[in-house]
Amino acid sequence: MMTKQASRLTLFLLLAPAILWLGLLIVLPHVEILVLSFSERVAPRVYAFGFGNYLEFFTEPLYWRTFARTAFMSILVTALTLVLAFPIALYIARVARGRVKAMLLLLCLLPFWVSELVRTLGWMMLLRETGVISYALRAVGLADKPVELLYNDGAVILGLVYGGLLFMIVPLANALESLEPAVVEAGFDLGGSRWTVLRRIVIPHAMPGIVAGSIIVFMLTVGNFATPVLLGGKNGLWFTEQIYAQFITRFNWPQGAAFGMLLLLLSSAIVWLGLRLTGQSLGSTLKQA
Amino acid sequence: MKRPSLVWKLYIAAFYLFLFAPLLVVAIFAFNASPFPSPPWRGFTLEWFTGSGAVFGKPGVLADPIWLSSIGNSFRVAIPVALLAVLLGTVNAWVLERAEFRGKTLLAMMMLWPLVIPGVVLGISILAFFSRVANGLEDFFQTDLDLLRPGLPLVILGQLSFILTIATLIIAARLRKFDRSLEEAAFDLGASRARVLRTITMPFLSPALIGAGLVSLLMSFENFNTTLMLVGSEPPLPITMYGQMREGATPAINAVSLLLMLGVGGIASIFALTSKAER
Repeated sequence: MMTKQASRLTLFLLLAPAILWLGLLIVLPHVEILVLSFSERVAPRVYAFGFGNYLEFFTEPLYWRTFARTAFMSILVTALTLVLAFPIALYIARVARGRVKAMLLLLCLLPFWVSELVRTLGWMMLLRETGVISYALRAVGLADKPVELLYNDGAVILGLVYGGLLFMIVPLANALESLEPAVVEAGFDLGGSRWTVLRRIVIPHAMPGIVAGSIIVFMLTVGNFATPVLLGGKNGLWFTEQIYAQFITRFNWPQGAAFGMLLLLLSSAIVWLGLRLTGQSLGSTLKQA
Repeated sequence: MKRPSLVWKLYIAAFYLFLFAPLLVVAIFAFNASPFPSPPWRGFTLEWFTGSGAVFGKPGVLADPIWLSSIGNSFRVAIPVALLAVLLGTVNAWVLERAEFRGKTLLAMMMLWPLVIPGVVLGISILAFFSRVANGLEDFFQTDLDLLRPGLPLVILGQLSFILTIATLIIAARLRKFDRSLEEAAFDLGASRARVLRTITMPFLSPALIGAGLVSLLMSFENFNTTLMLVGSEPPLPITMYGQMREGATPAINAVSLLLMLGVGGIASIFALTSKAER
């Protein structure tokens, strides 16, 4: 019906938005920070190619320590989220039925429709010295003076785990959903204890969900900004904050760009490793979530 | 695993309490007649919503130009983002589901990429790139292009960069379920391309379009990480909230949060209803 040239033109027009979007908002900006991260100031307003920004990262302990801390805490948060979410997901997928099941899942989703800042505000109000928990502890006589629960690593971990739960529960529940009840029963019939059945049957079956959830939670945690800064205060050293400081406060864009590349490298490496270890693709992982 | 143990049930109960505790606290203290968002409870008031500032020295949300202009800025960002996301997302979905060309797999993979880039990195890369473009144009034309400097237009571009992925995925999922024989039948009956699009394809797609629009609106409204890097002198709501939270805010921030919860709840239920209609 259409001539070949006309259909080529149509295709090109249809492709144009995607090409403009990916080119102008994703690819070129990343090329720009890659180039920027390799530029060093040699004189006022004069820049040259060099590895100085990366060298600075490795020689300044504050920078690489914050980086290592962010990576380590994110792994810890991911593991904690997994352990806390597993019984919930198992309950939703295997025990709850009909209306209760739909209800439990919906209740999990609700808090996550609300802005991250509102959830963080809630935790600040609960944990701070003049906050609800401190007040309650004094009211029942468990403490004789205000207790500061905010501005420490525990508060940061709590906030981050809270923020990641949904992204763990949903893929876990999806994966557990497809487990045949007969397989679990067979496990019990063969004399397996609850623990053995969980370890040898349920967990291996849930593996795709575990990996998908862990990747998403890790990614969100490592790139988080508000939760560690607000709940950790001065002790909440997080790598995204270093990037912000270099870009906005100190106006040292090349250094900030190098930090940005390092963070991108870290999160991509973990995502890639996770997918590789379990032989899954990014598309199927995102579909699980 | 048929009968859950008591410990398990208690854990589930504790978990849901944990899940809702922070939101409940925020909502309750929006009505506390105290200048600080903390206990003790000093009585019920609506001052933090509608008060003029006569009682506590600080006005309520609906009388405070800072909050009102931030909410306004959020809409000035969210509405264009949602409209563009639906429009461009539809075209992208069409390309993914209907067109055949070399490099399609690569393009499909590239479209997922924005979801795995940390928001802060997305923000700084867009900031750096558009500053370079603006500087280049300035040297060339001797005029400054405010559009490409930190500010609302740049925030729109920044948010669009990853929200477009989500809108595309929602619309493409719906398009995949479409039965193409319906279109063919219409063509056989002599309908024009435009007419088929208007009477068959679009009505089928519309729940997904509405859904994608609402999700984009919500994501834009609550985005913080990318927005923080691109914001100029007109902060959207999350940026203002962040600033107030660092300084030690009045219960007006609780009132804003509660309004946000109600708004989000409303939009989420519309979304739930439209996606139910899809099935």
